[in-house]
Amino acid sequence: MRYNERELLSLARQPAEKAAEVLMRLPKKGSVLKKRLVKLVVNFLFYFRTDEAEPIGALLLEQCRIIKEEENVFSISFVEEPERKYCFECDSEEQCQEWIEALKRASYEFMRRSLIFYRNEIQKMTGKDPLEQYGISEEARFQLETRKQ
Amino acid sequence: MKLNERSLAFYATCDSPADNAGFLYKRGERHTAYHRRWFVLKGNMLFYFEERESREPVGVIVLEGCTVELCDSAEEFAFAIRFGGTKSRTYVLAAESQAAMEAWVKSLSRASFDYMRLVVRELEKQLEEMRWGPAGGCGGCRPLPGSWKPKPSGSERSPERLLALPTVLPKENGCAVWNNAPGADRPPDTSSCGGYDSEGNPRPPPLPPRRRASSSEAGSAVVAAAESPSIFCRLHEQYGQEVARLRQDWLERRRGPRP
Repeated sequence: MRYNERELLSLARQPAEKAAEVLMRLPKKGSVLKKRLVKLVVNFLFYFRTDEAEPIGALLLEQCRIIKEEENVFSISFVEEPERKYCFECDSEEQCQEWIEALKRASYEFMRRSLIFYRNEIQKMTGKDPLEQYGISEEARFQLETRKQ
Repeated sequence: MKLNERSLAFYATCDSPADNAGFLYKRGERHTAYHRRWFVLKGNMLFYFEERESREPVGVIVLEGCTVELCDSAEEFAFAIRFGGTKSRTYVLAAESQAAMEAWVKSLSRASFDYMRLVVRELEKQLEEMRWGPAGGCGGCRPLPGSWKPKPSGSERSPERLLALPTVLPKENGCAVWNNAPGADRPPDTSSCGGYDSEGNPRPPPLPPRRRASSSEAGSAVVAAAESPSIFCRLHEQYGQEVARLRQDWLERRRGPRP
């Protein structure tokens, strides 16, 4: 699949929501835990070799599951292939929990659901659509439609 | 750089809502020929397929940091997606009608994660202000008699200053409904991302924590809560009630035993 790599690399250089050195294992058979710098920017998790400026990879965090594995360890897997897990071992349980929380909220889809929820709540409380003042009430992405499974 | 392409392809074709979809002509990178492609916009990702029925996209344009503008082209209804870097490629697309072009330009220019985050934060702030009152006091409050007026930036106020309240406190504060139980009417937490709970019902998401640009992790949620202007209102209420009780006790003691 073609993609605009230059822009993605540029995104990887921007200030991160969250960044840390962790041990990471890819879902490939025979993979071992390796020390990596992971960086959360918008809905991407970039991972770097610790001394390099350019990431070796990026994970788009949509349609994914963040699961607590054993102590200090969490995994990211994707809905269509739940057995293929990217594993991350943190320095502490606290750090592990923080990453799980941050990654769960990192998707565009999560934000969209939050927005729809707030919009609905405000509308219930005030009778007014809070998006009207911005002229974006009719935008497809903000609509209160029921989501299909 | 590796990308989770299989998951990307799934995201492009799964039935999560698309923010826009339709045929567009895409100008080739080196050649000026246009190719008709089926485009699907989901979040900040613009996927394009060879055909509408194709099972996998040919490519994707990550839209973060782009600007969208109309452009001069021999092709009618053309517009461009531009990025900031010096060697960045500009994607020139053309719609099949004026209306389609306008709809695409609108939806693409608001497609970034940053934009969505901005709107979410704005609504989150509005909701908090409605529940807890705006910074430094309540929007609907009458000023307290004795001329103590809360200042707009009240979050640094120390408890000692709050005790210097006027002699008579109003019985009702005239403010919007305050709920002093934190989290009482907050939505339940989600236990997974990706859209669906175990029963298949969409759960309302929790209020997201205030995000910080720095990479420091420890206590960021706690710090964020302390910075919230709504904390001041709750403290004001609590100290006000305490003061009222103390004052009542003091008055009764002063009056002494009744004859």
